[in-house]
This record gives sequence, C-alpha cells and structure tokens, in this order.
Amino acid sequence: MNDVLTPFLSATIRTATPLVLAALGEVLVERAGLINLGLEGAILAGAFGSLVGATAGGLVAGYLGAICGGVIVAAIFAVFVVWLKADQIITGTAITLLSAGATGTLYRAWYGASGAALRTPTSTPIAIPGLVHLPVIGPALFAQPLLTYVAYLLVPSLAWWLARTHTGLALRATGERPDAAETAGIRVVRVRIAAVLAGGVLGGLAGGTLVLAQAGTFAEGMSAGRGFIAVSIVVLGRWNPLGVAVASLVFGAASALQFAFQAMGWRAPYQLFLVMPYLLTLAGLAGVVGRARPPQSLGKPL
Amino acid sequence: MIASFTSSRGRSAWVVLLAFGILAIAIGAMLFLGGYSPQAAATALWHGSLGSWYSITSATLVRAVPLMLTGCAVAVAFRGGVFNIGAEGQLLVGAAAAAATALSLPSGGAFTICVALVAGALAGGAWAAIAALLRARFGVLEVISTIMLNFVALHGVSYLVRGSLQEPTRIYPQSSTIADALQLPRFPGAGRLHVGLILALILLAACGWIFRFTASGFRLQSVGQSPSAAATAGLVDIRSVTVMAFLSSGALAGLAGAVEVLGVTYALYENISPGYGYTAIAVALLADLDPWRIVASATLFGALEAGGAAMQRDANIPSSFVSMIEALLLLAVVGTQTVRRRSRIDGIAESDGAVTAT
Repeated sequence: MNDVLTPFLSATIRTATPLVLAALGEVLVERAGLINLGLEGAILAGAFGSLVGATAGGLVAGYLGAICGGVIVAAIFAVFVVWLKADQIITGTAITLLSAGATGTLYRAWYGASGAALRTPTSTPIAIPGLVHLPVIGPALFAQPLLTYVAYLLVPSLAWWLARTHTGLALRATGERPDAAETAGIRVVRVRIAAVLAGGVLGGLAGGTLVLAQAGTFAEGMSAGRGFIAVSIVVLGRWNPLGVAVASLVFGAASALQFAFQAMGWRAPYQLFLVMPYLLTLAGLAGVVGRARPPQSLGKPL
Repeated sequence: MIASFTSSRGRSAWVVLLAFGILAIAIGAMLFLGGYSPQAAATALWHGSLGSWYSITSATLVRAVPLMLTGCAVAVAFRGGVFNIGAEGQLLVGAAAAAATALSLPSGGAFTICVALVAGALAGGAWAAIAALLRARFGVLEVISTIMLNFVALHGVSYLVRGSLQEPTRIYPQSSTIADALQLPRFPGAGRLHVGLILALILLAACGWIFRFTASGFRLQSVGQSPSAAATAGLVDIRSVTVMAFLSSGALAGLAGAVEVLGVTYALYENISPGYGYTAIAVALLADLDPWRIVASATLFGALEAGGAAMQRDANIPSSFVSMIEALLLLAVVGTQTVRRRSRIDGIAESDGAVTAT
C-alpha cells in the first residue's frame, strides 16, 4: 500500500505547491479588494523569468528571475487598475494574454524556435532530518524542494499576519471599506499596490516552481490555467490562508490521482485527467459560492 | 461597470495619443529585445495584411470573419452585463458540432450547410448555458466558469480528433475533410474569402438594430447597466434577460466556429482557433461594443493576425508577437476608457456647475 500511497501524497504536495503559492498571493490581493486575473500571466512570466535566470546564473538566479517576472506583470496590473482605475477583469485578462505573447516571443527569440531540450538546473528535494522517517507521510511531506517548505511556513504565518497584526488589519480594512480605511489614516492606494506586488512575487515563485522544481524546462503556455484555478481556490478557501491550503491540497490530490491510477493499471482517456482540475473548480465553486462571503469592496474601483 | 465600455463621447485625444505612443514604444522595445529588424517586421506585416488584393481577401478578411462573429458575441454579453470570457470555448464546441454534423450528413446542398451551421450555434449556446446555469442557480461568477469551460472545450476537441471524429487512417489528430458540397461557397475572384462574411455582416447589422430599436435590446442594456434600476423600473425579468444574453452570445461564438470549419479549415483539429475568442474581447471593446464599429475593429485585428502570420513566414518573428500587440491594444483601450470617461464626467459636472451658477 505504501508504494502507492506515499507517491500519491508526494505528487499531491508537488502539484499543490505552485497552486498554494499563487493562491496565497491572490488572497492578499483580494483581501485588499482587487481581483487579479493577471495571476495566470504572472505565473507564466515567473516560469519564463526562472528559465532566464537559471540558464544564466543557476538556481538562485532562477528564483530571482521568477520573482522579477511575476512582479513585472503585477506592476502593470497595479498601474492600470489602481492608478488608471481600469476595469479589473478586462485588465487581468489582457495582462494574461500579454504575458503569454511576450514570453512566447522572447522564448523563441532567445532560445530558438525548436525549443531544443533546454534543461535548467532543478532544485533537488531536501529531506528534513527525523521527520522524513515518519511512516508513509514522512517521505511524502518532508522530502520536497525548498519552495514547498516555504509554502508550509507561509500558510500559518500569513493567516496569523492577516488576523493578528495591525498591517494585516489595514489590508483587510482596505478590502472591506476603503473609504473608512482612508479616514482611519490607511493609505489605501499604497496598500493595494503593495498587495498586488506581493501577489506578483508569489505568483512568480509559483511559476518558478513549475520550471525549477518540476519540469526542468520551459514550455509556452505552461501555466495551463493554474492562475485561474488559483483564483477559484481563493474562493473555495474562503479568502483564508488555511482554507486555501486545504483547497490546494484537494486540487493536488485530484491531479495526483492520475499517477495513482496509472500505477494501478486503470486506463482512461488522458484528456479526462487533464480536464479534471477545471471540472473540479466548477463543481467546487457551485458548491461553495453561495455560502462564502467575499471582501465587501472586492472588484470595485476606488 | 459595464456601462464604462459603451461610453465613447468626450474622449480626450491626448490620452489616446499617449496610449498609442506608449504602445508603439512597447512594440519597438519587444522587437529590440528579440533582436528582430523593425523594418523587416513592418514590411512583412504590410504585405501579409493589406499589401495586395490576395492578402486583403484571403488573409485579412478571412480572419476578420470569425472575429466579427465572436466580437459580436462578446458585445451582446457585455452589453447585457455578462462577462463572457468563454467565446473561445464556445467557438471550439461550435466547430466540433458543425464538423460532426457535416461529416455525418449524407447529402450536400444549402439546406445541409444550414443544418451544420445551426448545430454549431446550438452547441455554442449550450456550452454557454452551463455558465449561465452556474451563475443563475449557484451564483458562480461567469468570468471563472467560462475560462474553465474554455480549457474543457480545448481538451474535448483534443479527445474528439483522436477518438470518434478522427480521420479513418488514424494517423493525424484531425477529422476527415468535409465534402465539397458542404463547404461554404467562396466569392469568385476573392481567393479564400467565403460567404461567411455576408452572414457575419447580416448578424452584426441585426444586433445593431436590436440594440438600438427593439424592446429586447433595451432590456438587455438596461440590465447590463444597472440590474437594480432595471428591476425597480419593472417589467424586466433580470434572470431571463441574463440567461438570454449568455445563450445568444454563446450561439454567436459557436456559429463562428461552425463558419470557420465549413468555410476555412474544412476539418476539425486542435488549433483551429488562434485565440479568436480572446481577441474578440479586444475587438468588441475597441469598437465600444457597437456592432457597426466591430466590422472595422475586426478587420483591423484580422489584418494584425494575417500580418502576424506573414511576419512569422517572412521575417521569422514568432506569431506570439502579434498576440502581444493585440493584448497591448486591449490594455490601451481599457486603460484610456476610464480616463476618457472621467474627463466626460468632469465635463458634465462643469457644465452642470455652469448652469447652477447662472
């Protein structure tokens, strides 16, 4: 059983990592009152940035490149939405298309049209001494790449920060009642810009994990809707870091089922597995939305 | 929120000029970063799009047809307050349904072509109905659900062209070719340009007329601009108007897919649409959701798409470069729309102030 369960759990964590990183970033953005559909573009730009960084200067440069990619995309979103007060949904969609076009163009220009088996250095799993020897879950949960541990730490710390600190309260106030927040002396515009940029950092890192901890290479459009799924995960997790972590794990598990089924020799059209995350999103949203309460000023311009 | 897209008066020229200046700089910067020659790019763009009668008809207008139909689909939805980002998926489902119908019907002729077109429109409408149901029944935002359905449609087509619709030799992931008698006729002397153009123009004209002169068009737009006001004014069933907006939008996008299969590709395969459904958002917004101006903006974007293909062929510039330009155009439009609207509101406020002062 362990030779099925441990790989299944391990694959669950692996596929959930980029989702939880991106969704935590989007929690910050939405708690500040904005919806950033450009998250998909930030993930893609992060993936491409990590390729550029990693091929030029190794793993650390790869993660820095991922952050840069995500932040650039997020900054464009911030300029249009916070400063120009453009429509958030359309801007987010346009930015995703922009990121897809720009990364595709630069990828072909810099690395050749064929994309000949370009390999980046990958971050190897780090075993946590002691914990890794736990039965079944040890090798699955505690032999993961660095960013997975970052995600483990981010979930409780963001939950604590949002609920228990003054700055966390300022962020939430900005998303609930920006006018009241402004009156209380909170710089609403700055908070929103900071939230969008932080979301860009995490979105970029999510893209970075796709390249540096999973694929070991870049492919055009490799984000494959993860940003949109992450936006849904925020709703499913009810705008709360802990809920988001649980929802990401459910998605990770659904994707990991594919490997488990293959290991057990169960055959089905592979497209069925590919559409699973999208169908799961729709089913999950249908079940949850009515009962979840979004931040009051979500999506409304200042 | 939606109302902002239809307000077009009082656009301050300098904002638009500034936006397009930034746009030009961004495009130049990308060409420089990619190491491409701007001159070669411009030459290829011109020759591929508007440089000859052949490129105008067979490249630009052929690509403008699906953009007119999907652009119209987006305009109907947005005017009705429905954020349908799913035209791409609805187009794919429509293409699949039309291909399946055309391949299974025994005889050709105008009637059978119509059946295939209707099948495409119905399938597109049905695909949009899923998002409509999710919103009406469960309150799921259509922005997310339609994007999810795009991915499902894409993988669905991928499954069909490797399964029940695959060509008999089972080598290529595509359907058999649709019989000559079921293909949309072409205009004599106009290369690959097919009668789908007429269909698109008729539908755009019909939508323009409906928006302007009919009660259902008025209901659609009043719900789109302010559902609460429409409900207070009475006689408007918001839910049914919204569902109708979803269905007609999906049907138009599905029809675009059917027209593409019967008029251009003659077979179903995965990459049948180079993102027409997403480009349609830019087409519709650049036209301020006005059907007549969609004819012009769809032609502009058709020229861009056609020029992009030529840039890839002649100047070795990847086709994604053009998707980037299209996204920048869309950003320029949404970015300036708010500024333009704000200057309009300021203008109204000033003139109101003048009236009260006197």
